[in-house]
Amino acid sequence: MDKKEIKALLSDLFARQALAVLATQASHGPYATLVGFTATQDLRHIFFVTSRSTRKYAALESNPEVSMLIDSRTNQVSDFRDAVAVTALGKAHEIDKEENKDIVGLYLTRYPHLEDFVLSPTCALIRLEVVKYIVVTRFQHVMTLDLIS
Amino acid sequence: MTTWIKHFRQVNTEDRSCLGGKCYALAALARAGFLIPEGTCIGFDAYKRFVAESKLSERIHFELGRKKFEDMRWEELWDLSLRIRNMFINSRFPTDLKAELKEALEATFGDEPVVVRSSAAGEDSRDRSFAGLHESYVNIRGTESILNHIKLVWASLWSDRALLYRQELGLSAENSVMGVVVQKLVAGQVSGVAFSQSPESPDDALIEAVYGLNQGLVDGTVEPDHWVVDRESGAVLSHRPASRMEVMMPGVEGLELVSLDGADTQRPPLDEKKLTAVLEMAMRAETAFGSPQDVEWTYAGENLYTLQSRPITTLKHGRKEDERAWYLTLTRSFENLKILRKRIEEDIIPGMDEEARNLEGANLDRLSEAELSAEIYRRSKILDRWTKAYWADCIPFAHGMRLFGQVYNDMMRPKDPYEFMELLSGESTLGLERNRMLEAMADMASSTPALARLLKENKGLDVYPRFKALLDAFIDKYGAISRAGAEEPPPQEAHRKIIGLVLEMARRSSARKEVPVRDRERLVSDFLSKFLGPREQVGKDLFDLARASYRWRDDDNIYLARIEAETARAVALGRQRLAARLGIEAGGITVEDVSHALRDPQYRPVVQVQPEEKPTADRQFSLRPRQLTGLPAGPGIGTGPAKVVMHSDDLYGFKSGEVLVCDAIEPEMTLVVPMAAGIVERRGGMLIHGAIVAREYSIPCVTGVPNAAVLIHSGDKVTVDGYLGIVIIEEDQSQ
Repeated sequence: MDKKEIKALLSDLFARQALAVLATQASHGPYATLVGFTATQDLRHIFFVTSRSTRKYAALESNPEVSMLIDSRTNQVSDFRDAVAVTALGKAHEIDKEENKDIVGLYLTRYPHLEDFVLSPTCALIRLEVVKYIVVTRFQHVMTLDLIS
Repeated sequence: MTTWIKHFRQVNTEDRSCLGGKCYALAALARAGFLIPEGTCIGFDAYKRFVAESKLSERIHFELGRKKFEDMRWEELWDLSLRIRNMFINSRFPTDLKAELKEALEATFGDEPVVVRSSAAGEDSRDRSFAGLHESYVNIRGTESILNHIKLVWASLWSDRALLYRQELGLSAENSVMGVVVQKLVAGQVSGVAFSQSPESPDDALIEAVYGLNQGLVDGTVEPDHWVVDRESGAVLSHRPASRMEVMMPGVEGLELVSLDGADTQRPPLDEKKLTAVLEMAMRAETAFGSPQDVEWTYAGENLYTLQSRPITTLKHGRKEDERAWYLTLTRSFENLKILRKRIEEDIIPGMDEEARNLEGANLDRLSEAELSAEIYRRSKILDRWTKAYWADCIPFAHGMRLFGQVYNDMMRPKDPYEFMELLSGESTLGLERNRMLEAMADMASSTPALARLLKENKGLDVYPRFKALLDAFIDKYGAISRAGAEEPPPQEAHRKIIGLVLEMARRSSARKEVPVRDRERLVSDFLSKFLGPREQVGKDLFDLARASYRWRDDDNIYLARIEAETARAVALGRQRLAARLGIEAGGITVEDVSHALRDPQYRPVVQVQPEEKPTADRQFSLRPRQLTGLPAGPGIGTGPAKVVMHSDDLYGFKSGEVLVCDAIEPEMTLVVPMAAGIVERRGGMLIHGAIVAREYSIPCVTGVPNAAVLIHSGDKVTVDGYLGIVIIEEDQSQ
């Protein structure tokens, strides 16, 4: 797969998958959670939301370096061969919801049922600035897509 | 009440969707009053039960998805097919299925010889006839053996040929199924095929006949007598007699080719009365099925048996179709391979050797430009002729190894489907002999520092006559070997490059690691011990054929490469002359133009300029491989800096401990393999040159890595995992 094909694969996967696994690392150790997400077209940023009282928020505050897994598994044996797994690596920071209404709109277009949760004052909008994607296809075929700043 | 197996007379119209094309057609022929050998049909449900119980469906799916089909060469499809076949061989029948089949088979056939045939879904339908994609086995005796061959027929749903036509067949691990026909073997004295309507002339029918069984006719080993007859009147319009030398007969098990009796060689296999009867049978089949038919038949005494009837379909040949049709011809019978071997050993190899020697001995410098032009033309024609012979006979002969592998796996049921290669390794090939000479020189250089110093300083070697003699002998025998495109360097240049290699080799400590002789001998002895009594010689002959196939697979390339190099030498000289006369850079002139410009001083050749590659516009992202998948072609793990070899000349810069990364290893390139920490190759296959030589030297090897030589760069630190078939490219710490 060349760059164009990999980017198309990522865009398609991000559009189809509703949930990603967010992995954080803080003093209490590594921690993984499911999050709803949306990515920008240029694949540079991935956004998700979380309540400020969660473990993951606390972890992000102490260590913004995270990884996020987005995959296409269907819980079948064929997943071992057919599923695509993408790990995004980068730093995640809270951004102001008021100043980023377009992002909030984008997120709510994807998850309209989360409107009350997202607009709640206790809910934070987080931006993951992706440094690289690690893309696994066909069980063991691994390519790295670096984002050049 | 049986559920998985039915006698022909129990089959009715609605069974078509659960028995496959051949079962259904034979049952229909029986109902229409045709004489067919007695037999039974094993339906799709039996296949489904077998693969469900043994979880084969999931394993097949996993194998099929190893890489994109469009990235797979035919050799890789063959390997894939072999691995799946081995899964079937090593899977057990579910108890209930085995009990039912056993009871029905014993009751119908007892210890009589049978034919076990494929009956795939949609096979032999009016729209398509995929003849020869799946397996049939002739002269099988005893229930256990029949059961084993039923598994092999099921496995042939995934044959290399079927995988080539996977799209048309709609092959999928989840949905594809296979039926089986088991019939009594009718050992006819005369057999053949009949087309009720000629594909070329609609008023005519075609009949072909041979003495004995018709497997020899079908696979092209036995030439048939050929008749064109008028469909209406039955009048013979033409008869092309065959040479009638040999006949295919049932052996102890399977088939064997034997000489035809003296009187029969002079007599056509069909007389007028029998020819008419065959035509009538073909026409009746056409009436019964409602379309022109391709019928296989056999005469046992005066009884005419119909063995098969399928619609005549004409394949549409696009370019891709042509390539696939060529690959279908590579599966050869044992008898056919013996004929190829004789031709290769008695004509082709001695012929290429003599040709190469004559060309190598010619002094081209004395030739005028016009004479050199004629010589280039002559050499191109010679190369063309030998290349054709190589493709026609040498490439198909490589099937000897594959055939041996299949028989070995059938008999020994090894966990590793490639264990058979261990029995063949250690054969003395030209490539290995050449490497041994290099290693001998390297050993001398490493044990004699003064010699190594002389070599490094490029000084005279007169004080080391033994080394000098070895070097001269090496250059004499192999020095001219390089693929077309990388032209023969002047002799002193060849010396310098070989010495460079020898010095590099002298730096490495490890010697060649071979499969221990005792292990190999034990494997050979275990295999041969399976051939009992009168079959003992069959095992020995097959092993002997496989060894020859293994040996010639490399050697024929080396002989052909010598002729290629000699053609390239004449072209290179032509380019030099043109460059001097015209004051141009002649490297980009085609061979035809070189020849033209040499014979016509007025002609100005066109110099081809390679277009420069445009840099990619996307500067926002950088893509690099982290782990690439291929086939595990040589077990072991090796790590080292990558050396990407694009041309034969790059080999001379190879350093001990590097990982050889290339598009395709040709036999003349294998001289650096003993120094490599690992091998990565784009071209896929377990029986290709790179994989074979890697196993000879116990070097980790992964083949079939798409774009290997593009994605990996010289200097990248890579790990070759020859157990899993993956190549890991270390992260650059600076990133």
